Amino acid sequence: MGEENKVILHGMWASPFSKRVELALKLKGIPFEYVEEDLKNKSAEILHYNPVHKKIPVLVHNGKPIAESLVILEYIDETWKNNPRFLPQDPYKRARVRFWTSFVQQHLFETMFTVVKTDGEAQEKAVKELLEKLQVLEEGIKEFFPDGNICIDSNNVGLLDLVLLSVFGPYNVQEEVLGIKIIDMEKTPLVYSWLRAINQLPLVKESIPPHDKLAAVLKFMRENALKSSSA
Amino acid sequence: MYFLLKNKRIYKGHQIMINHHSMDEVKLFGFWPSPFSRRVIWALKLKGVNYEYIEEDLPYNKSDLLLQYNPVHKKIPVLVHGGKPIAESLVILEYIDEVWPQNPLLPKDSYERSVARFWAKFIDEKGPIMWEFYLKFGEEQEKAINNSIEILRTIEEHGLEDKKFFGGDKMGITDLVFGLVIHILVPMEEIVGVKFIKEETFPRLHAWIKNFSEQPIIKDNVPDYSRVVDFFKRRRETYRLSAHPNH
Repeated sequence: MGEENKVILHGMWASPFSKRVELALKLKGIPFEYVEEDLKNKSAEILHYNPVHKKIPVLVHNGKPIAESLVILEYIDETWKNNPRFLPQDPYKRARVRFWTSFVQQHLFETMFTVVKTDGEAQEKAVKELLEKLQVLEEGIKEFFPDGNICIDSNNVGLLDLVLLSVFGPYNVQEEVLGIKIIDMEKTPLVYSWLRAINQLPLVKESIPPHDKLAAVLKFMRENALKSSSA
Repeated sequence: MYFLLKNKRIYKGHQIMINHHSMDEVKLFGFWPSPFSRRVIWALKLKGVNYEYIEEDLPYNKSDLLLQYNPVHKKIPVLVHGGKPIAESLVILEYIDEVWPQNPLLPKDSYERSVARFWAKFIDEKGPIMWEFYLKFGEEQEKAINNSIEILRTIEEHGLEDKKFFGGDKMGITDLVFGLVIHILVPMEEIVGVKFIKEETFPRLHAWIKNFSEQPIIKDNVPDYSRVVDFFKRRRETYRLSAHPNH
């Protein structure tokens, strides 16, 4: 009986890719089993379900695996059509959401990654690029909030909200570990308010890992990266 | 004579489902050797969409219109539909499929759609890595060639498997994306003197190339082969002179 709509998420607590899928399932009220993967010791299931990338997250729905977080999110939205809808109905609006989601994922996230993994001149360059791109985002999202009013609740959270949250939701942690101001209320007021609004959602608040745990992981990642690049 | 009835138009007694904007003007900003605009051309042709094509003079002479329509990335392709711009080729393909549902690029079943999207994304991301070898020399080229082989192996074993097309019996979004093989990879192979996809090495991809190239939409809409070879030859030479004066 319970096999009819069996959903399993293979994830990792500190991964932004995993987090966005976890939140998506919770927001839609989809019951699921969560499997915490040890990335240094990946399970046979992950290797079987995602032979191409061997990565989490992987969503398994009635035995069928889906990999790549953005692909998973669209799958969830198309399969469970209840609110919140992650994408609007209008094709042009959908294209705009996908465009900006791609921007956040491919440009902002990648640059942020570089900021975390470098120091000195290389990091300075990456920080400059990151702040410039955040300005581009600030301009770009005006089309979603035409009167500057940001009204996000658990019924209208979308794909872009989920992706932005997973990348910059823990900006306090990032700023603390890196010693750099990233989300500046004055430079990017819309992005700042937007992040605050998403972070206030009850489901988000209870799903975000504790500050100290995230800080420890980020510090560890950074130290490892710096060590191996100077080795 | 037709009248609007919700989303349907009754024209000469035939009922046509029309998305409310599918009759608006369509423009495509592209660059003839680019695989990113080529896949959009194929999608529009496949669906029988009339459009105006604007050839951009890349990279140094981008038109004001392009910069206006894609201020964030300043890149082609950009599709402009009824004056509204859409950028990023995969986003464009999804848009086209939604507005003009005939000859679908994506299957109906959501699981099958997720598989198609996975592979379209994979090939789109790995594409540039697959053709990196043509701008490399010596040992670096060897390494790049091995990378390309590995990627093709993954695509054949896990992506195409035993299907005729990635989309099954008919072409789909992933076929249009992998189509870069015929007008990018093959010319580059010729220039460098390698051949990846042979019947002995990649039998299924080899068969795919034949099936794909023979599709009328594809056959009639590929850039001139020798023109492409010239273009990449010159690019490789320019790169070699600037980066590796001793090779």
